[in-house]
Amino acid sequence: MLKLTLRRLLVAIPTLILVSLIVFSLQKLLPGDPLLTMAGEERDPEVLAFLREKYRLDDPFHVQYLAWLGNVLTGDFGRSLRTGVPVSTLIAQKLPVTLQLAVMAIVLALLIGIPAGILSAVKKGTATDYAANVVALSGVSIPNFWLGIILIMVVSVQWQLLPASGYVPPTENFLQSLRTMLMPSFVLATALAAYLMRHTRSAMLGVLSSDYIRTAKAKGLLPKTVILKHALRNALMPIVTLTTLLFGELLAGAVLTEQVFTIPGFGKLIVDAVFTRDYAVVQGVVLCTAVGFIFMNLVADLLYVVINPRLRHPQ
Amino acid sequence: MRTLFATVLTGALLAASSAWAQDFRIGLQEDPDLLDPHRARTFVGRIVFTSLCDKLIDVDAKLNFVPELASEWAWSDENKTLTFKLVEGALFHDGTPFNAEAAKANIDRARTLQDSLRKSELASVESVEVVDEFTVALHLSKPDATLLAQLSDRAGMMLSPATFDGDVAANPVCSGPYKFASRVQNDRIVLEKFADHRDAGAHHFDRLVFLPIPDSTVRLANLRAGDLDMLERLNPSDAESVRGDAALQFMPVAGLGYQGITINTGGGERSENPLGQDKRVRQAFQLAIGRDVINDVVGQKLFEPAQQPFPAASPYNSPSFPVVQRDPEAAKALLAEAGVERVSFELSFGNNTTTQAINELIQAMAAEAGFDISLRPTEFAAMQQDMKSGNYQASQIGWSGRVDPDGNLHQFVTCEGALNDSKYCNEEVDRLLNAARVTPDVGERQALYEDAQKILQDELPIIYIYHQPWPFVLSGAVSGFTAYPDGMVRLKGVQLSK
Amino acid sequence: MSMQAEAIAPRRRFGRTITKFVGNRSAVLGGAVVLVFVLLAAGAPLFSTHDPFQASFTTIRHAPSAEFWFGSDELGRDVYSRMLYGARASLLAGMISVSIALLVGVPFGLVAGFYGGWADAVISRITEAMLAIPFLILAIALAAFLGPSLSNAMIAIGLSATPIFIRLTRGQALAIKTEDYVEGARAIGLPNHLIMTRYIFPNVLPPIVVQATITVATAIIAEASLSFLGLGQQPPNPSWGSMLNTAKNFMSQAPWMSVFPGGAIFLVVLGFNLLGDGLRDALDPRDH
Repeated sequence: MLKLTLRRLLVAIPTLILVSLIVFSLQKLLPGDPLLTMAGEERDPEVLAFLREKYRLDDPFHVQYLAWLGNVLTGDFGRSLRTGVPVSTLIAQKLPVTLQLAVMAIVLALLIGIPAGILSAVKKGTATDYAANVVALSGVSIPNFWLGIILIMVVSVQWQLLPASGYVPPTENFLQSLRTMLMPSFVLATALAAYLMRHTRSAMLGVLSSDYIRTAKAKGLLPKTVILKHALRNALMPIVTLTTLLFGELLAGAVLTEQVFTIPGFGKLIVDAVFTRDYAVVQGVVLCTAVGFIFMNLVADLLYVVINPRLRHPQ
Repeated sequence: MRTLFATVLTGALLAASSAWAQDFRIGLQEDPDLLDPHRARTFVGRIVFTSLCDKLIDVDAKLNFVPELASEWAWSDENKTLTFKLVEGALFHDGTPFNAEAAKANIDRARTLQDSLRKSELASVESVEVVDEFTVALHLSKPDATLLAQLSDRAGMMLSPATFDGDVAANPVCSGPYKFASRVQNDRIVLEKFADHRDAGAHHFDRLVFLPIPDSTVRLANLRAGDLDMLERLNPSDAESVRGDAALQFMPVAGLGYQGITINTGGGERSENPLGQDKRVRQAFQLAIGRDVINDVVGQKLFEPAQQPFPAASPYNSPSFPVVQRDPEAAKALLAEAGVERVSFELSFGNNTTTQAINELIQAMAAEAGFDISLRPTEFAAMQQDMKSGNYQASQIGWSGRVDPDGNLHQFVTCEGALNDSKYCNEEVDRLLNAARVTPDVGERQALYEDAQKILQDELPIIYIYHQPWPFVLSGAVSGFTAYPDGMVRLKGVQLSK
Repeated sequence: MSMQAEAIAPRRRFGRTITKFVGNRSAVLGGAVVLVFVLLAAGAPLFSTHDPFQASFTTIRHAPSAEFWFGSDELGRDVYSRMLYGARASLLAGMISVSIALLVGVPFGLVAGFYGGWADAVISRITEAMLAIPFLILAIALAAFLGPSLSNAMIAIGLSATPIFIRLTRGQALAIKTEDYVEGARAIGLPNHLIMTRYIFPNVLPPIVVQATITVATAIIAEASLSFLGLGQQPPNPSWGSMLNTAKNFMSQAPWMSVFPGGAIFLVVLGFNLLGDGLRDALDPRDH
């Protein structure tokens, strides 16, 4: 397992280079000139000429890429073209926010999705099953934007229970931090929980009908023990895959939810950066996101082995 | 013991609530860019600067120039010297004094800093002279009627010269009523009261918190939930619900800018179509559009119809050009005269739900008069470049507006104008607008703009649709606020009850 | 395990799958729902009551009535008729982009999970790279270079949904290949492609079906954000997602503008999920 981890960490380097190359070339393909945004409404030709010189945007692709790579290797991710703030500062500001939102959302989703999935599989074909499915599917059909605004209007404006928006770092006021993040993480969790619920249900149905569960039942083991100890364990593969992937996606930022609740996370940062062609920020954040996905895929692979020890010795 | 506890608790609550009451929270539509007045470019950034950085002069709600860091000013030397008498005793946030040396240093920085965006605004300034400690004179290469307007905005904002060498944008040190405290990008900008400001008594808040909340509905919900005290740029779709809400104050004001349709009239092959080549087709297109319909349907009465680039409040808005009313039959007749039956073209617009509704409406109205428009939503950066390179037929786009009429017209329609995306060129227009630039007398200038507009209204490289509104919404607890046509938030005398 | 018996007589299994599927009431219901929407979309001109593009300044945001069954929108257009026409774009966006994701994702996932080693390493690293590329950049680049159209939007959505199918298939294949019956098949010298198609593939299907049926919803909503960028359905042509996008400005004043398209998305997704459940049950090799 340690070997696997080390090997994957080594392989991560070429992956990151691949990612940065792809993003770098995609940026070259995008229409729109970052300097036009930077030069402001007036578009003073003199300023445009100066900026073109300063950011060396006319250099050949490989020159620009190597210069960027060289800086990254020394820990310099450049500065935001839009605000002049170092990209590393931006990442340091947004990462904890996004991380907190992602963790809270995924925990909520797991707490809702997995029990609901188990229940609906065990009670397949009953009213409980149908109700759970309908609720779950509404979860994916309702756009996050919508649910968010409705929650703000009811919970914050009408009942005045939770703050409508904003972000409080947990180090500043832990309870208040949880309170401000509760609604946004719930909104994110609705769709995630739907995915988890549907996958749990399907996987549980598969396992529940298998021979060894029948055998276990026949042996007179308590149903609860059978479900939790045997069935769930075997249903876990797709759930692990999905959870790690969804978590990775959350780390890339949840634009709309961040926007509704005005949470200063990665999502808004990257969208603004793409729209204003703020390439230094795009590169930095994408690299950061890639690390997140690589890490989550590694976690998934390690968890597979924990669930199914036979995977430890692949032939 | 119990009473003691109760007293402490009440005291704590009171302390907490009074601390809360001293904050003033403003919801912005976007996150500002660089907080360096000489390098900044966004409209929203100017809202923050208004409290952060005092300027030489300001404008009042009727667009007259009024003193700020300069108490008086005068033209001399055949309008080639502009002399400012500065207020005495003004301090920068770092405690250094504001004087003529500082003013000179700032104006020089604004016109020479390599990536200054103020260069073209101050292009006429040849040299800055310190006359005495509180008098500064600007010597111009030629008369410049726009200069006062420029100095009433970012070009006239004063930074502490002692901080020029540092990272100005990260920690701007100005002389406004509030000083910079902190900023988290996309989250908030916090300013603190500057106790040594000469007008500190009229500024009632301890802290200003600017919160960028891009969605109008969400900004409004935050205001209603008590998490904001005011917001700027309400979306027209929310106007109805605000007007009906007794707990809120709705203060819309017609701004200095406009939204319109820019037509490619001379930019290569994409201008080679009836719309780009024949002014009669453009006139017909104008007749096909109902500006009042757009105001009623999409604008919820906030989109005041515009025929001219100048705001209604401006003395240069001429009564000779009333808003053209929709007349599909007259439009068809004009098309027939131009020898075309139906005209098709592509209309691009920046992506948001309001512009989409406007353009769908234009498309539907124009269809009745013989125009087959295909709509092309696009993101702003791509559209900007397409327009600059002439790769478009018509674009619905706006301009945030300037106090001086020159800023709303010259760059857009003169042959070499940096913003002339129509690629329109007419020597007579150039002559008139260049003359207007150097004519300080209002009456003479009016005549020049009137003559220029006669040509432009006939040839229509840009069709103006409506004046950009600045709809502010305030909580009922706010008093003393006035909405200015420049869309800025001036907080002098503004109070929050309780 | 019963799988081994199954493998010997695949034809009989197919027949039984059909029987089981038809016997499953919820699957039939789901199929019916989807079919109704497809018919409505195909016959939009027949079923619509108004011109979906005709703006009318006298009927702005009217509530549902005998005249406007689902109300009218911000430009006075009939929401019901727009939904019928919008169904075309939305159903296509939902189904085609999911098909792209399936056709690309499942084979690569199978290969990665079954063969492991270099194949797995390469496919997994590419998946990670794909996941990290922001959807927005991909979409704008595609719009700029392939031109703005609904089919290019489907490609963008499909490609961005692919990695999840690769990962799911791979994970499932990893687990299945250690099962005794696969080891058995190997032991008797069955070639790899037969092991993959006969043993691995059917067992990989249940999570894939579940994922595909939910992704339909995500794809329908994603189409709206792309039409916003100029990729996807071009205005004034409607799609459910873009109708929802506009409606969000009028949530309190004109709730019908969002309730009906939102409800339609829900019903279609419900239909696909019921269908998927039926398929899952019918395909479950262990269920007798």
